[in-house]
Amino acid sequence: MTPLLEVDGLNVWFDLPGGGELHAVRGIDFELDAGERFGLVGESGCGKTTAILTMMGLLPPNASVAGEVRLGGENILARGEESVSPHRWNDIAMVFQGAMNAFNPVQTVGSQIEEPMRLHGIAEGKNARRQVEELFERVGIPSDRASRYPHEFSGGMRQRAAIAMALACEPKILLADEPTTALDVMVQAQILELLSSLATDFDLALILVTHDLPIVAHVCDRAAVMYAGVIAESGTIDDLFHAPRHPYTRLLFAATPDLHAGGDRVVSIPGAPPRLDQPIVGCPFEPRCDRAFEPCPTVTPALKRVGDRHVAACHLNDIVREATA
Amino acid sequence: MTTNGSGPLLEVENLVARYPVPRWIVGALQRRPKLYAHAVDGISFSLRRGEMLALVGESGCGKTSTAHAILRLIEAESGSIRFDGQEIAGLPPRALRPLRRRMQIVYQDPYESLDPRFRVAATIEEPLDVHDIGSRAERRTEMLGALELAGLTPPELYLERYPHELSGGQRQRVAIAASLVLHPDLLVADEPVSMLDVSVRAGILAILDSLRDNGLAILMITHDLSTAAHYADRIAVMYLGRIVEEGTAHDVVENPQHPYTKALLSVVPKRDPRERTTPQILRGETPNSIRIPSGCRFHPRCPIAIPECRNVDPELRRPAGATAPGHRAACIRV
Repeated sequence: MTPLLEVDGLNVWFDLPGGGELHAVRGIDFELDAGERFGLVGESGCGKTTAILTMMGLLPPNASVAGEVRLGGENILARGEESVSPHRWNDIAMVFQGAMNAFNPVQTVGSQIEEPMRLHGIAEGKNARRQVEELFERVGIPSDRASRYPHEFSGGMRQRAAIAMALACEPKILLADEPTTALDVMVQAQILELLSSLATDFDLALILVTHDLPIVAHVCDRAAVMYAGVIAESGTIDDLFHAPRHPYTRLLFAATPDLHAGGDRVVSIPGAPPRLDQPIVGCPFEPRCDRAFEPCPTVTPALKRVGDRHVAACHLNDIVREATA
Repeated sequence: MTTNGSGPLLEVENLVARYPVPRWIVGALQRRPKLYAHAVDGISFSLRRGEMLALVGESGCGKTSTAHAILRLIEAESGSIRFDGQEIAGLPPRALRPLRRRMQIVYQDPYESLDPRFRVAATIEEPLDVHDIGSRAERRTEMLGALELAGLTPPELYLERYPHELSGGQRQRVAIAASLVLHPDLLVADEPVSMLDVSVRAGILAILDSLRDNGLAILMITHDLSTAAHYADRIAVMYLGRIVEEGTAHDVVENPQHPYTKALLSVVPKRDPRERTTPQILRGETPNSIRIPSGCRFHPRCPIAIPECRNVDPELRRPAGATAPGHRAACIRV
């Protein structure tokens, strides 16, 4: 069976104003099945947001793209805007980072959600209002709030409304970029619970983009760990935590404090990610890696299969098949 | 560092801080009553030298207002703040000045808190300048020492840099260095790592942790219970302007007593996917601090509230389930 979504050799470059290029996404591959919850994890600048904006066809004009994003087998990047726009919102929808602050303050929240419904020919007039109210109920907002303005909503409510808006055209895939970053823990828990239940109820595939590993561990089935524009490792959440095959994955978990792991030392990863406006020779993580050895500075490691639905890009996997990275 | 004997460095008692809510012209003309947001509504705690206390809570719980009141960045409505034995609430600015250099703050966002036109040297020298301390050579020694304490080594390498040449983690280290150059006794760290990438957070927190060895007391303000559990000696959980539970980090995290603490802990996602638990999610959101619920302010959202909770404002006291001294909770049901 063809997966719902296949990302194949995706590359994204941005032209820089002073000349030169920033190679933000450097050849990534992954697949997504219907109803699956997939995490895209990494630190700022690793290319995770750029990757999902590409799927929405929402990159700025100074970007150029290579590779394929196949939706049900069809490459939606084949003819640029022409091939991606029929799928935007209808099949793939997105909750943007900070979406809760993106509502127009002088328009009611309900009317702002009716607008895409009208534009996409889903519903109009009273019909649209009724659908908005149903959506509101589904995301946990009292339906009479549709005629209120954004400032009358709390942060958590606005985020629920942003999710309702993304669902307005009944997509198959929901991309959520740091959907809980600015929210308090209790509201964060509410939103994560909502996203999980929406995925289950509507068989909605979810791509959760975040820097926060515990959130991915809580919500997702599988995840890809990105570093400097490439996927360092991808697998089930359980494999990533209990049997990581890339030092970055292991160190990223070790750098994350856990509530009950009182004795475990939390360690930072020294150094900083490489610049993406210059060519990278060898493994991009090598300068910060605690297990780097002879081939790492010169030979770029390929993403290789290390287990069932588990891939990693690390030379260590060539020499020690059993040992953990 | 200067000290006045062996008592706690900081003792806060019944601190109240409130902000007037604008009622605009119409409200004033109609003589509507003045309303206040009760940001801090009677809290007490103490902090010893070398200790790290984490004030934990959701936005609007009053944790930052508490810290600002202690630093006299806002004026407390009532209550007592004793710093090294001396009452500083209501102290006139002149008398406050020598104490100010002994209390410093590190802010959340190192992209905002550093002046982009100042070289690192200027940022770190400014506090010395304000308090008119040291000769040129002495200042340089102090500055290099502070940078080194903040983990920027070799320090000479950083003095002439501008903020834009530094990473987020390095900027926060510069902010820490600027706060240390006066050798304070108390450091308030307001969400010191929440703007930083995960891989560099531990480095910043380890520095704060190590500063306690020299007797620095740290009041850390955070919404992140995992960080508090890891680094703080004690945790005080705040809800709507009050401390609802307080104890050693271990007691609060492993043996929580207050239903709010329990709920808050249950929703913290775990690192290990095998430890996925069903979070006990509180419905709704924290009510605003203008109209604080009667009785126990948590009762409208509390899973174990009884009718009495609507009337009784619970005191912070030792709960029956506490296994260690100093563990207190404000709930009549525990």
